[in-house]
Amino acid sequence: MNVIEASGLSKRYGSTWALRECTLAIPAGHVAALVGPNGAGKTTLLNLAVGLVAPSAGGVTVLGGRVAGSPAALDGIGFVAQDTPLYKNLSVADMLHLTRNLNRRFDQAAAEARLAELDIPLKRKAGRLSGGQQAQVALTLALARRPRLLVLDEPVAMLDPVARHDFMAMVLTAAAADGVSVVLSSHVLTELERVADYLILMSRGRVQVAGEVDDLLACHRMLTGPAAEADRYTERPVVQASRAAAQAHLLVRATADDPVPAGWEVHQVGLEELVLAYLRQPGAGALPGPARSRSSQPSEVTG
Amino acid sequence: MTALTTPAPPREDASLRPVPWQRMGWVTWRQHRVTLAGVAALLGALAVLLWIVGLHVHQAYSAAAACRPTSSAICDDMFGNFSVMDGFLANGFLLQALPALIGVFVGAPLLAREMETGTFRYAWTQGIGRLRWALAKLVLLAISVTVASGLFSLVTTWYYQPYFAASNPVPQPPLAPTLFDLRGVAFPAWTLAAFAIGALAGMLIRRVVPAIAATLAVYTGLVFAAGGFLRAHYLTPVLTSSLNVPGTAWIASQWWTVTRSGQFAWAGRPPMSVLGNITCPNSGPPNGKPTMVSIEQCVVQHGYTQWTSYQPTTRFWPFQWIEGGWLLVLSVLLIAVTVWLVRRRAA
Repeated sequence: MNVIEASGLSKRYGSTWALRECTLAIPAGHVAALVGPNGAGKTTLLNLAVGLVAPSAGGVTVLGGRVAGSPAALDGIGFVAQDTPLYKNLSVADMLHLTRNLNRRFDQAAAEARLAELDIPLKRKAGRLSGGQQAQVALTLALARRPRLLVLDEPVAMLDPVARHDFMAMVLTAAAADGVSVVLSSHVLTELERVADYLILMSRGRVQVAGEVDDLLACHRMLTGPAAEADRYTERPVVQASRAAAQAHLLVRATADDPVPAGWEVHQVGLEELVLAYLRQPGAGALPGPARSRSSQPSEVTG
Repeated sequence: MTALTTPAPPREDASLRPVPWQRMGWVTWRQHRVTLAGVAALLGALAVLLWIVGLHVHQAYSAAAACRPTSSAICDDMFGNFSVMDGFLANGFLLQALPALIGVFVGAPLLAREMETGTFRYAWTQGIGRLRWALAKLVLLAISVTVASGLFSLVTTWYYQPYFAASNPVPQPPLAPTLFDLRGVAFPAWTLAAFAIGALAGMLIRRVVPAIAATLAVYTGLVFAAGGFLRAHYLTPVLTSSLNVPGTAWIASQWWTVTRSGQFAWAGRPPMSVLGNITCPNSGPPNGKPTMVSIEQCVVQHGYTQWTSYQPTTRFWPFQWIEGGWLLVLSVLLIAVTVWLVRRRAA
């Protein structure tokens, strides 16, 4: 099952395309990170997936074919929007009560236990909580709905490192313990490797790379060799080339089985390195191919 | 023969029952109870004020009405006292602001605040879905403010009774703009319309303060349009050539024709050019001064006919229901458009 599946999904604001011809399938059972620079279309894609925004073209379904934004779809999605909006004049207890009334399922006991663990007083007004606490409350509310998919839009952007760590720990616990699929957007690359096992890289309103992190790492290699020979390397597609003095570093799409030209050294790449390389080369194509991937197979990387 | 494959069991969402409507009752109450309490306090305080002043007004009026002999100087004095005793309430300007206030403070912020603070991204992604959320909130609040103002209208209707009473020597025309929409079903209908205008303005503008300004502007415009233009045409005016038009009638227009040819002569009062050319005998009571009516009678004697088109007082309730009706239809339309916008909103 795909938790989010988009085909030809496009969204235009005025004359600007926030998202263009996005075809994408995020399989269930992952913590998927949506990465890209500001304005890449991450928030637009997530807003389309939760039905806050209607597409200009194409379509998007969630949780195995439910129309995005329909009550059936929303029933299974816990969404924490950017800046984690809460009603500032309501107490935390009221926010729990409110969310319980607006949903079919609500695990009050689990939510209260979680808030007690976090030392967040139930009587405190939401507006008087710190940013980190507000984010925790918003996440607690989303998880108490027992969703099958948790969608987080820039959840940690405003948080300090400790709050960020606690927040992600809670997300990962939910993913591991309750089998909740997670899709989160972020432009914070640190910790990405620890958190995400599926990566969607976006730039300029298009999906540039998508796939399981392990597969992506397995099919990329960093070659280091003499700068003079860098231009002659044609065996495998080069994502990014950088030169420092006499040495050139080529990020190429190659597996461990691919031959290494004489005079070149080969290294494995880290996720952050890989992401940065693609972010610096928005033109460097990635996937997915015209056929939608319906399985959790890694999508084919096409140059 | 192979057995047919049994169809896959229906997915969980096939039998998914939506979140019940009743739950929105608590949600609406919890989120808007301060506003609703404010409306209740405002209307309640004004109702008490109207009640206290109204008791005096009613007493003074009954005393004046019971005064004998009628039209004596003493009785006229008593009516005079009655008609000036409540000053600022008599013209109704203060109360005209109430529907606008409700539109501004209940209607306009309802959706504008969600948009302004971003909380719509929480509210519209809950399992209940934004259609039910919006519909329930709008309908519950619309009913609340309409019922509250309907109750208040009972008080104003009672309060203003003496002003329109038949035995009042200078009765107000019940259909005249300033007090017509404060009584009967018109007042709650205007309140509902103000709320609906506010809600739609909030959804369109998405900012609380500009939405409030827009609500005030549109509501005021609509009040003036209704009082100044629409109301006079609810029913075809009665046309009469009699000079004895009842004082409480709401006169739409007056004009003169030449009696013999039926040709239009002039509109309104006889112009000086006509009055200068005719001499009128002193047709007033013996030793009395000629009145305006007698001047008009004199003009009639000189071959002119006065035509008056007017709305008679008996049309008060038909006009109330007509006004209440179109305002209700308008409000339902505005609320429907608002819900549609919530559902369709792409941003």
